[in-house]
Amino acid sequence: MQSDSKNRLNEPAFGEALFDLIRRTACDLPADVERALRRAHDEEAPDSRARTILSLFLENVALAREKQVPLCQDTGLPFFLIHHPPGLSRRATVKACEEAVARATREQYLRPNAVDPVTGRNSGNSVGAGIPGVYFEEGDDEAVSVVLMLKGGGSENVGRQYSLPDDALKAGRDLEGVRRASLDAVRQAEGKGCAPGVLGICIGGDRGSGYLHSKHQLLRPIDDVNPDPALADLEKRILREANTLGIGPLGLGGETTLLGAKVGALHRVPACYFVTVTYMCWEYRRREIRIDADGTWRFTR
Amino acid sequence: MIELTIPISEEKILSLHAGDAVAISGIATTGRDAAHKYMVERLIEAPGPLPPEDQRLFDELKAVYRGGAIYHCGPIVRNTGGEWSMVSAGPTTSIREEIYEERVIAAFGLRVVIGKGGMGPRTLAACKARKAVYVHAIGGAGVTGAAAMVEVIDVFKKEEFGLPEAFWKIRFHRFPGIVTMDAHGRSLHEELGKAFDERLAKLLRGESGG
Repeated sequence: MQSDSKNRLNEPAFGEALFDLIRRTACDLPADVERALRRAHDEEAPDSRARTILSLFLENVALAREKQVPLCQDTGLPFFLIHHPPGLSRRATVKACEEAVARATREQYLRPNAVDPVTGRNSGNSVGAGIPGVYFEEGDDEAVSVVLMLKGGGSENVGRQYSLPDDALKAGRDLEGVRRASLDAVRQAEGKGCAPGVLGICIGGDRGSGYLHSKHQLLRPIDDVNPDPALADLEKRILREANTLGIGPLGLGGETTLLGAKVGALHRVPACYFVTVTYMCWEYRRREIRIDADGTWRFTR
Repeated sequence: MIELTIPISEEKILSLHAGDAVAISGIATTGRDAAHKYMVERLIEAPGPLPPEDQRLFDELKAVYRGGAIYHCGPIVRNTGGEWSMVSAGPTTSIREEIYEERVIAAFGLRVVIGKGGMGPRTLAACKARKAVYVHAIGGAGVTGAAAMVEVIDVFKKEEFGLPEAFWKIRFHRFPGIVTMDAHGRSLHEELGKAFDERLAKLLRGESGG
């Protein structure tokens, strides 16, 4: 039903769905992340600082869910990825996202988080130039699915982009070079991005597409396996090795430095070989809703 | 868990060591990027006499900070019938205030700087010279953090800085953290950082790369 799907996200019901998506993403940590944190907690030594910190994390997760208030005061930059059938109005959809974000800010599910860098003024409703980030992927599925990730500024600040070869890291233009750059990024981030984190890594692309694709990697389930066997091996190795660095929760020492590493690749031009690393904090907030052609919707993550 | 009640004495600060878990109680304020820039540029190092409004705030902050604490935090707040309360209020990254903090500690006689991620050599030196500590709060724990900020007493610079950046004058009740930089010149961040470097070097040694 092409005509029905056209402006579907602009209808009041979809505004409600988007609002609920924001609220749940801000307040309720997904099960895959909570499981990973619980596993990490159980693996840290009894009476260790790392275990104490992880138990305080889990306490915060439970309390946020119970009180339905944001897990972290930094609700970050809302990153929407919208999969849609042909015919959806992107302009109307962006507007619906902006309205849902403004409402969620009014109701304290988001912090007013859009600041004009020229005047220093906070817009007050988390809407501004480039905020929220709304991205689209067109497909054949009749349903629209909306993925939202909330990622705070502390973790955003520790993302890095490497241009290989990198002499200091002895990182050449191959997967071994990607491994070296990625481990360096984890070391440089220390606890500053609220470890234990999850890495989204993009090999290739340009300086802009590299960052965007690295964020797309973060939308994957934490325990999935990369369909490319070479990248699957690389992910496993980065995760295993990063967890020998001793950085631990909040960078205060421990066995759990990363909860996951997700690697994707884009073609590059011959002269460039970028490795782009986006660091996501332990409060790895992302949720997804699916809106069917008949207008009903549900959480799919 | 060591209890710290504001105002905190020099002796108490000297009894603390990097690694100690603490619970902080008493009146303090939040203050992050805009607040630090303002304090240093327009209060502490103001070239001439202060406008009355700035002088009033300067005096207010002096009264709160003497023996007290500043918390690097940009909270989510709620206003119900004119009363403010904290909704989610974990720490923000402290290193951005490294260029300012030593002057803030010196000018106000702060005893405790609370944040996350640790700070650098200038703040560490100020902690030693002025008898102060850096307390690492639980990054990401906005809800349990807010629960330990039991009262919002006042707010300054709300319009100019926006809600996250304003000075929120609050009362802590057993706000949890870990001393990671003490008044004896020890920084857990510095010590751990060396260990991280060694481990990374070991991982990168094995293979020569491409």
